[in-house]
Amino acid sequence: MRLFRLPWIAIAAILVSLFALIPLGFIIAVAIQIGWATVVELVFRPRVGDLLVNTFFLVALTVPLSIALSVALAWLTERSDLPGARLWAWLAVAPLAVPAFVHSYAWVTLVPGVHGLGAGVFISLIAYFPFLYLPVSAAMRRLDPALEDSAASLGLGPWRVFFRVVLPQLRLAICGGSLLVGLHLLAEYGLYVFIRFDTFTTAIVDQFQSTFNGPAANMLAGVLIACCFALLVLEILVRGEERYARVGSGAARQAPRARLGRATLPCLLLPLVVAVLAIGVPFVTIGRWLVAGGWEVWRLDEISAALGQTAFLAIAGAVLATVAAIPMAWLSIRKPGRLQRVLEATNYTVGSLPGVVIALALVTLTVRFMLPLYQTLVTILIAYTLMFLPRAIISLRASIAQAPVELERAASNLGRSPANALWSTSIRLSAPGAAAGMALVSLGILNELTATQMLAPNGTMTLALAFWSYSGEIDYAAAAPYALIMVAASLPLTWLLYVQSKRMAGQ
Amino acid sequence: MSFLELQGLRKSYGPVKALDGIDLAVPAGGRTAIVGPSGCGKTTLLRLIAGFEAPDDGHIKLDGQVLANGGEAVPAHKRGIGLVAQDGALFPHLSIADNIGFGMGRNEDKRNERIAELAYIVGLDKTILRRRPHELSGGQQQRVALARAMAKQPRLMLLDEPFSALDTGLRASMRKAVAELLEAAGIATILVTHDQAEALSFASQVAVMRDGRFSQVGTPRDLYLRPKDRMVAEFLGDAIILPARIAGGFAQCSLGSLAIDSKERRDVARIMLRPEQIQLSRSSREELAGSVTSGVLFGEVTEAEFAGSTCSVAVRLLNSPDPPDAAAIGNSPLMVRQPGLGAPMVGDVMRVTVTGPAHLLA
Repeated sequence: MRLFRLPWIAIAAILVSLFALIPLGFIIAVAIQIGWATVVELVFRPRVGDLLVNTFFLVALTVPLSIALSVALAWLTERSDLPGARLWAWLAVAPLAVPAFVHSYAWVTLVPGVHGLGAGVFISLIAYFPFLYLPVSAAMRRLDPALEDSAASLGLGPWRVFFRVVLPQLRLAICGGSLLVGLHLLAEYGLYVFIRFDTFTTAIVDQFQSTFNGPAANMLAGVLIACCFALLVLEILVRGEERYARVGSGAARQAPRARLGRATLPCLLLPLVVAVLAIGVPFVTIGRWLVAGGWEVWRLDEISAALGQTAFLAIAGAVLATVAAIPMAWLSIRKPGRLQRVLEATNYTVGSLPGVVIALALVTLTVRFMLPLYQTLVTILIAYTLMFLPRAIISLRASIAQAPVELERAASNLGRSPANALWSTSIRLSAPGAAAGMALVSLGILNELTATQMLAPNGTMTLALAFWSYSGEIDYAAAAPYALIMVAASLPLTWLLYVQSKRMAGQ
Repeated sequence: MSFLELQGLRKSYGPVKALDGIDLAVPAGGRTAIVGPSGCGKTTLLRLIAGFEAPDDGHIKLDGQVLANGGEAVPAHKRGIGLVAQDGALFPHLSIADNIGFGMGRNEDKRNERIAELAYIVGLDKTILRRRPHELSGGQQQRVALARAMAKQPRLMLLDEPFSALDTGLRASMRKAVAELLEAAGIATILVTHDQAEALSFASQVAVMRDGRFSQVGTPRDLYLRPKDRMVAEFLGDAIILPARIAGGFAQCSLGSLAIDSKERRDVARIMLRPEQIQLSRSSREELAGSVTSGVLFGEVTEAEFAGSTCSVAVRLLNSPDPPDAAAIGNSPLMVRQPGLGAPMVGDVMRVTVTGPAHLLA
């Protein structure tokens, strides 16, 4: 494709991607500016070593545990005759409706002594395993039972069939989900502050609060980026280039569900315990604080102001992210090629960066070059767009793929301009996907803490920020209404996620 | 002494009776085909024999060993029964060599030699072993599936419509190759199919299945020429079915007096002829006019559909003796297949003769 003949939509996609690269570019620019010696001094110090050890163990313990839990739950809910499988499936996704820091809040107030790595792994597990459960259960639904039958007829017992046929088929889902969980662990802030467990993200925020945007914070962010890249590369290596699609024609038969028989009761225990820990505990704790706080904690003026601000930010951010996602999503379906792959990789890489890194870069950028923009609505919305662009792209892409390209051509034939043709056909038809994408972006913004804290205009008090400042003052009762509202607002969005994953599996 | 024995097998899914009392005996090393329209329960039967599901009632015995007795069933992986599924069901995450060697131990002696040998037996090129299933054609995938199933040296091989995904030419040659291969290995085989020609040419014993029961079991020749009822007759090929009055080994019907294969005596009956039993030879209206009482049959060609090697011809009888049920069949033409070479044209008058006995339907 010659450059001067690039369609306007490709140019738009390139612009969005270049914009997305700004945070990354800034960390590099800072490193170059302060010189190699200072970089070495800031990076190779015991503090960074401690943080690396913490982060390593956090990821190395939480991810395998999440895989084991998700695969077990997915098998029970999708492939066994567990009573109430649909309910358990929904309950395995529901923990996503509770922001990670609210999980942490619940456990800290329930068991005041919890702290450190063990607590970090445990709370991360129950807060983030649904990111693995969703793809794994969807993959399990799609498995062709004929493969398992073949393996059994070749003399493999049920366990060996599971490990040699079923598990390898889940590899892509497990890799993708693990990456998502790993990136969230690197980016999470609030969860670990509650239990006094230091990770790069908490250290960067600490550093930022004490020395503003000094090189120290920037270099910690550099190491954090390196960790993210390490996870991305690891995932690519582990994922490999195997092909897992079903070979053969026709539709696969529906897999029969395994009879649990006498194992039913012990098997029920697993989803039950998980539901109690991941849903029960937050709800009971929030309820307890609400009861303890009585009517006084419902400061309606404050709450309605926070609700209004959050709603505004969530909707504005969602619209902006979705609009920015249109060129990229359209390109990846209609004009796949090398350019599109490079741009897409750029967007995903940037989207996988923790909010704290993006926020730090935007702070540095605005303070140095565009001070009037510092701590304004524009900056925070840009941060949201950069952080949540991949969510919008994925949803939009799926529904553009279902809008026939012939309609676009027909519209052009009937005399519409290219932009108009695109708008009146593909964009209109992909409205459901766009709406789903917006909902997911809103969910992200609703629970966002770090970037909002660092970038939002003075006086901004979103639900998350209000919750955070009250619980920071150990006024857990006053924080409870905000937690409740966040959970209540997230539940429908989580339901959407659940329904979407079912639909992807063709059900 | 039968090798595989099925007795009174029943299986229901909710209110649907998938199998309703199946009895079958398969001799050692023999080839049996189960044929029936889709939804007749043949796949369910195969799944019960393979051990993927347990019957509600009845028993399955293989080589004297009870595999299933009512709800108690030996699980599939302990049965030593091979299976080639409809589209091969190859493991997409493994190479061809690993697919073939899947059932062997990982450190088994001469594993690679065995894999290469199996590939050779089923006629696969060695270079294919390192490829992936999706890089193979449909026929190759089926061969891999067969080699994989044979690696375990099964006592019984189940073939679940393994040729249905292949194109016509390949299907016939694969069928022949597989039949010879399994015969040479001495493995008893059950083929499930909805294609009657495939069933008749593959097996030494054919079971026609409908609504969860076997309508008839027998040798291909027997089933084709002596079907029990109209359904079996029409399922296994084109059939001409005529009302007749039976007496003294002859049937009186619209084709005159035909020898039948039964000594029975019945006033109202139906007989069956295969279209290839009817021969047409060129004649003329003059000849017809000249032989009013000679008992020779004449017909006029009303339709002729040329299809290359054969030609389907519809013949309306011109001097049929009064059939017993004339009103019921009216004067519906006979559908006859003729060689394509020198096939008659519409309007030609033909002389109609019948060879071989007609079959009396129950």
